Amino acid sequence: MPAQATSTDAASRPDFIQVDQFSFHYGPKQALFDIHMDIPEHQVTALIGPSGCGKSTLLRNLNRMNDLIEGVRHEGDIRIGGTSLYDPSVEVISLRKRVGMVFQKYNPFAKSIYENVVFSLRVAGRGRKTELDETVERALTDAALWDEVKDRLHDSAFGLSGGQQQRLCIARAIANQPEILLMDEPCAALDPLATLRIEDLIIGLKQRYTIVIVTHNMEQATRCSDRTAFLYMGKLVEYGPTLAMFERPKEPQTEAYITGRFS
Amino acid sequence: MSDALPPNSGFRTTGRSRRGEPWVWLTAAGLAIGVIMALGLFLLILLKGTASFWPRPIDVMEVRVAEGATEKIAGFVTQESTRSEPDGTEHREIQVFRGNKDIRPEAFVFIDEANIASRSRPEDLMWVERMEYGPGIIEPVALETPEGRIEAADPSFHDKLDAVIERSEQAREEILDIERHQIGRISRELEKHERAERSGEKTAQELAGRRAELQASFEKLQAQSGAIHDKLKETKLVGRTVDGADVSYTSDVLVRTFMPNAAGFFDRLGEALSRAGAFLSEDPREANTEGGVFPAIFGTVVMTLAMSFFVTPFGVIAAIYLREYASQGLMVQFVRISVNNLAGVPSIVFGVFGLAFFVYTVGGTVDQWFFADKLPTPTYGTPGILWASLTLALLTLPVVIVATEEALAAVPRGVREAALACGASKWQTIQRVVLPASLPGILTGVILAMARGAGEVAPLMLVGVVKLAPSLPIDSIAPFVHPERKFMHLGFHIYDLGFQSPDAEAAKPIVYATALLLIVVVVTLNLSAILIRNKLKKRFAVSSF
Repeated sequence: MPAQATSTDAASRPDFIQVDQFSFHYGPKQALFDIHMDIPEHQVTALIGPSGCGKSTLLRNLNRMNDLIEGVRHEGDIRIGGTSLYDPSVEVISLRKRVGMVFQKYNPFAKSIYENVVFSLRVAGRGRKTELDETVERALTDAALWDEVKDRLHDSAFGLSGGQQQRLCIARAIANQPEILLMDEPCAALDPLATLRIEDLIIGLKQRYTIVIVTHNMEQATRCSDRTAFLYMGKLVEYGPTLAMFERPKEPQTEAYITGRFS
Repeated sequence: MSDALPPNSGFRTTGRSRRGEPWVWLTAAGLAIGVIMALGLFLLILLKGTASFWPRPIDVMEVRVAEGATEKIAGFVTQESTRSEPDGTEHREIQVFRGNKDIRPEAFVFIDEANIASRSRPEDLMWVERMEYGPGIIEPVALETPEGRIEAADPSFHDKLDAVIERSEQAREEILDIERHQIGRISRELEKHERAERSGEKTAQELAGRRAELQASFEKLQAQSGAIHDKLKETKLVGRTVDGADVSYTSDVLVRTFMPNAAGFFDRLGEALSRAGAFLSEDPREANTEGGVFPAIFGTVVMTLAMSFFVTPFGVIAAIYLREYASQGLMVQFVRISVNNLAGVPSIVFGVFGLAFFVYTVGGTVDQWFFADKLPTPTYGTPGILWASLTLALLTLPVVIVATEEALAAVPRGVREAALACGASKWQTIQRVVLPASLPGILTGVILAMARGAGEVAPLMLVGVVKLAPSLPIDSIAPFVHPERKFMHLGFHIYDLGFQSPDAEAAKPIVYATALLLIVVVVTLNLSAILIRNKLKKRFAVSSF
């Protein structure tokens, strides 16, 4: 499968995102235990595991989205390009500009397609017409949506189909050219055909973005990820190249999960 | 399908009450009663309100008043009823409106049907609406003009009469313009001089020249308006009442005439529409019992719009803080309960508060700071449309806050997270994503607030509504918007006509017409707000989730 070919750019760092002995608590409930993993640049890393295993929690910590919830705390550290996310000098808003996110449910804003894409530029105070126009074309082209919507950019985003809306959300997430793209089960609400289009898109996007994807779908993980991490009950059970892990899982728990003996 | 099953198939064991049928009936009955009551109320007001413009035929009755003596009475039958005497006999009684209040003050008379000797509808009777004393019912005799006398039998009589009325209408407008605008301008300047002299800015000698000038032009204008009056008085409509009294109306008091007994259906329809038009567009006359209600419509609409203008930003901002920023604890819960309770406070209490706080405290302070030269005459320290709008804004605040909070809460979390993930700050998220998405819900709250505010009367009586306002809150005199002015309101107009007028019986039709109009105004305001909301909804159709 061509997706398996790991990109070995000179520029890509194998430890671009470092999750360092990271633990996370929602109030009294601990969700992550001592996670330690390095996520390489310009690759797709899949997080798999049964529901409630903490994969979404881990993903949402990469752009500090969990800060919104009251009563959370963490131990350990997460670094992107060597800088700790929890460094006092790091502003959450500028962090989120470097780390885009796509959600499980497609959630376009109640705005036109155009305004949805340029949202991140607008909130950053960049409103030059030519720049916005260029961004819309580039982001929608990258999200494989340009040809379908170029004639109705100023129509409501809600007029698009589910798969188109999700691709619009991807375009919105990459409009401001982040370094990292987090995807939280991006195909969970889509039909198989739309899912395939998104997967193709993910493979194409990894040339420029470091992608971390949460998925429930084993085949999706094998189809489009380079590395896979299996989490179980808040602990990182196994982490390695996707092919190797699916062919010869080291841990019995991993084997049980990927062969479908529990989910 | 179940009909095809044999009776003991075992598939028909669920009883009626378990299927819930009685409850379905009960709920349907509850809805039906509500709909019937609302429709009944609306139909009653609609019928009585529109009927008040319909020109009714004039009956002439010969009534026995004593042995051998009869009296001739002409008028509209307004009501028929049966009255039981203590001795067990029943009398059919009719109530007749005979008009001509200038001749005798009692416009209404009750007649026992048994005493009516004859009844007829002569075609030559004329209904005359005048500037004072309400309508008159006469047999026209002639039109006396400076050019000569035209007898009623003359074929050109009616055209001439219409021309006279039209001319007198124009002349009245001219006089109004002179009195209200030109003389008004002079008296405003005189007032200004008065204040300047009192404050010592200018001395009497400095002002004397300009004052004399103003005085002269004032006298000239007065003479001008007097001349128009005198010219109108030269033309007269001469007639006779059915009981033989001679009457003559100078053309300056003539408003409209109609001969209902001679008119066909379409003439009546035209007359009814014309009366309805006059009702909508004219100023009231004769302690509001005659003429139109235009100032009241205008006041109601302006006050309601001003109220929405004040309450919307206020309520939305408060709701944003309560829902988005305040940490949800006991304190916020307490504030929320207080806001909800505010909706249950009797509206007159808001009126008292508005009078004490807005009018006396805020208004008084404004006067001291900005209008000190006019004191002791208050400018803002007296009830007016601004304070009335603010008082009603306070009254309807809970409605907007509750609706906005619900609308904000209904914005899905996913959308907020998406905005934050795009690097938006919390405020940017609220401003650019949450507020637009909750706009339809917020507008629903504003619509409810408008509906509540437009129909409110009690607090307005304390903070700005008057029986008769000499001028509108928005007009052509600079600075065009006069938030300190008192205003008229349809709701108060109904109360005033129905319960405060000298002749409540005569005011009845106009009360129904005004009630209908108030409903129409409130519904129109609401419908326009609903249209705006639906347009917004269509633009930002809520996503399929």
